Amino acid sequence: MKKVILSGNEAVARGCYEYGVHVATAYPGTPSTEILENVSKYPEIYSEWSPNEKVAFEVAMGATFNGARSLVAMKHVGLNVAADPFMSVSLIGAPGGFIVVSADDPGMHSSQNEQDNRYYAKFAGYPCLEPADSQESKDFVGVALDISLMFDVPILFRMTTRICHSKCVVTLGERQEFPVKGFKRDPKKFVVIPAYMRMRHAWAVERLNKLRVYSEETPLNFVENGTERIGIITNGVTYQYVKEVFPKGSILKLGMSYPLPVEKIRSFARSVDKLLIVEELEPFVEEQIKAEGIACEGKKYWSNLGELSPEAVEKGFIHAGLLDKKVSVPVKEDVISRPPIFCPGCPHRGLYYTLKKLKATIATDIGCYTLGVLPPLESGDTCVEMGASIGVAAGMSKARGSGKGIVATIGDSTFLHSGMTGLLNVVNDRAGITVVIADNRITAMTGGQQQPGTGKTLMKEESKSIDLGEVCQALGVERIRVVDPYRLDEMKTVLKEEMESDELSVVITNRPCALFPKENRKKTRQKPFTVDTEICIGCHTCFKVNCPAIHESELKTPKGFTKSNIDAVLCTGCSVCAQECPTGAIRSTE
Amino acid sequence: MKRDMNVLIVGVGGQGVLLASELLGEAALESGYDVKKSEVHGMAQRGGVVYSHIRLGDKIYSPLIREGHVDVILAFEQAEAQRWVHYLRDAGTIIVNHFKLIPPIASMKGFDYPADAIDSVKKRVKNVKVINAAQTAERLGNLHLINTVLLGVLSMSLDISPEIWEKVIRQWVPKGTEELNIKAFLEGRKHQ
Repeated sequence: MKKVILSGNEAVARGCYEYGVHVATAYPGTPSTEILENVSKYPEIYSEWSPNEKVAFEVAMGATFNGARSLVAMKHVGLNVAADPFMSVSLIGAPGGFIVVSADDPGMHSSQNEQDNRYYAKFAGYPCLEPADSQESKDFVGVALDISLMFDVPILFRMTTRICHSKCVVTLGERQEFPVKGFKRDPKKFVVIPAYMRMRHAWAVERLNKLRVYSEETPLNFVENGTERIGIITNGVTYQYVKEVFPKGSILKLGMSYPLPVEKIRSFARSVDKLLIVEELEPFVEEQIKAEGIACEGKKYWSNLGELSPEAVEKGFIHAGLLDKKVSVPVKEDVISRPPIFCPGCPHRGLYYTLKKLKATIATDIGCYTLGVLPPLESGDTCVEMGASIGVAAGMSKARGSGKGIVATIGDSTFLHSGMTGLLNVVNDRAGITVVIADNRITAMTGGQQQPGTGKTLMKEESKSIDLGEVCQALGVERIRVVDPYRLDEMKTVLKEEMESDELSVVITNRPCALFPKENRKKTRQKPFTVDTEICIGCHTCFKVNCPAIHESELKTPKGFTKSNIDAVLCTGCSVCAQECPTGAIRSTE
Repeated sequence: MKRDMNVLIVGVGGQGVLLASELLGEAALESGYDVKKSEVHGMAQRGGVVYSHIRLGDKIYSPLIREGHVDVILAFEQAEAQRWVHYLRDAGTIIVNHFKLIPPIASMKGFDYPADAIDSVKKRVKNVKVINAAQTAERLGNLHLINTVLLGVLSMSLDISPEIWEKVIRQWVPKGTEELNIKAFLEGRKHQ
């Protein structure tokens, strides 16, 4: 059997291949993105980037209704977007087999919160499977489909950033083929009118009871006896940390964390002197065990804030008096931070630089451009969730009685994800705000995924490239202006006019991403710029545009100010810094 | 029974930290080790801090290495060496590329790039190898070889045969650059 090193995400994709998945969908979101990127490498599976998680969910759901093995993947907050079908399909079932991957982000490596989506499993009455490494990430795809088909239930396949992005050795298998079973008409199952669903609710409750029995028996939940009568119940990556720092304990590892194997836990508790629950984020398992009247401790020693680590798990055992060791705190060096900033040539740079000058109130949104909030651009006043900018700006204008000076900024992919309905609302309620769509033709923050404006699908097929100006026009917007974000003066004039007007307007910036798709990089790149050190007076105005290509040079002016330097390899020739240089010291090398 | 080794590769987005880590992982797998790696994606393209934990052994559990438990650190950039040095064991080795990548934020008030990163590393730990990989790469005629030179230096601290390294490098580097990369790797191995 071939062994390879795979990330958890790559392993899920491999699992889709081996266990005969027919349809897989997603909207990109860290840490889940690489699942579909890797599924798309297998032509046996239909895969797509949908415009948002709700649509992705619905497409995968339709496929399972038609008897296909399907999977939908999203980051934890994506499940909030897809929560409506997620809850409703519980009463319908999953006749073809259906996996819902939720990639949670403890520690908020790249998310707005660290919600624990295991609660969604309990909420909807689904089994929750939690792989603890890449091998399990692959194998559990097969088990999840088996359970899904056996009980006619969708599976919440819960991963975390550390599982998604850690790499481990995985043994590969062959693909198994399964026929698509087809759609069997059954309105009492597939149509959610109250009369039918009252009956289905009782069925779903009975299904959960059967799943409880299954959870007691499945090898997904297993005991490893240690040398000491200290029992630890753990799941996901924390299992690995426990094995590492407390190898003498007895472990009940939960591969299926909902519904819990309560009797197995009860007998495990009887076999040990002390029962501890080590889980990341919320006390999801601990609460349920305590509710069963079984004594245990967990969050007392292991915080529900942030991501756990082997150090944090070790510290918990020390505090519990089980490790005879001092908590060691290595002294960290205080080294300059490297906050992420806009790439060289990024079209967002000029936009947020200009908005700062115009002193706009900015409701911004989720994407690369959220980085505009950080110093020195400091451009962005609110950001909540995908698509919120337009609604928030509208609400502000209603509270103020005027939309003047209020700007919503939103990326193209976010606009197509969930900004369009917000814009339709503004057309209807006549909030006179300015909506800026930063249109770079790609989903950039997650690494350059296709979206309806890109003109290509995930499976690399040509598709219609949606024109955002036409979309806005169709939604009823009358003032639509297109600007080049590399031309600061023109953009500033347009934005100023629109901000001063009390009518709704949409301003679209029209430069593509400087980084993605990779094959466009040469096309978008121009000759680099350079600093004429004879002219540079060391005023550092160019630093304010915050470009990674601009550095201090070794040269100083007679007054002792350091002159600027441009890295010719990084510079893409966008000219934004040159437009701001008050002495004309920055010039193209053309 | 294979000895457990904990390796930490650190640097700045765009320097090739993750690729170096891939090569090490493949070479270790080829040598019969169990391998686990951990890194967080997302900021690599944007000049952020990049790290990769790589663990080799008979059976590895945690994909993350505890602070103070790393056997070898390979730092592609000197301020990054200073940032991560507390992960090193007392008897561990840190390899520092003699190279500064100063972030734009350093030109703002209150943010200073460390003037003496290598000195502070030397004050903390005994075994410090400072390498000017760019010089070696330049001598070989191609600055893209910096990563391979550094991997060569790192390989001296690991129990993986040069033949396996060579095989993996041939598989992973761009076609046509195999011989040059092998040469760069062997140059790296000469550093003491």
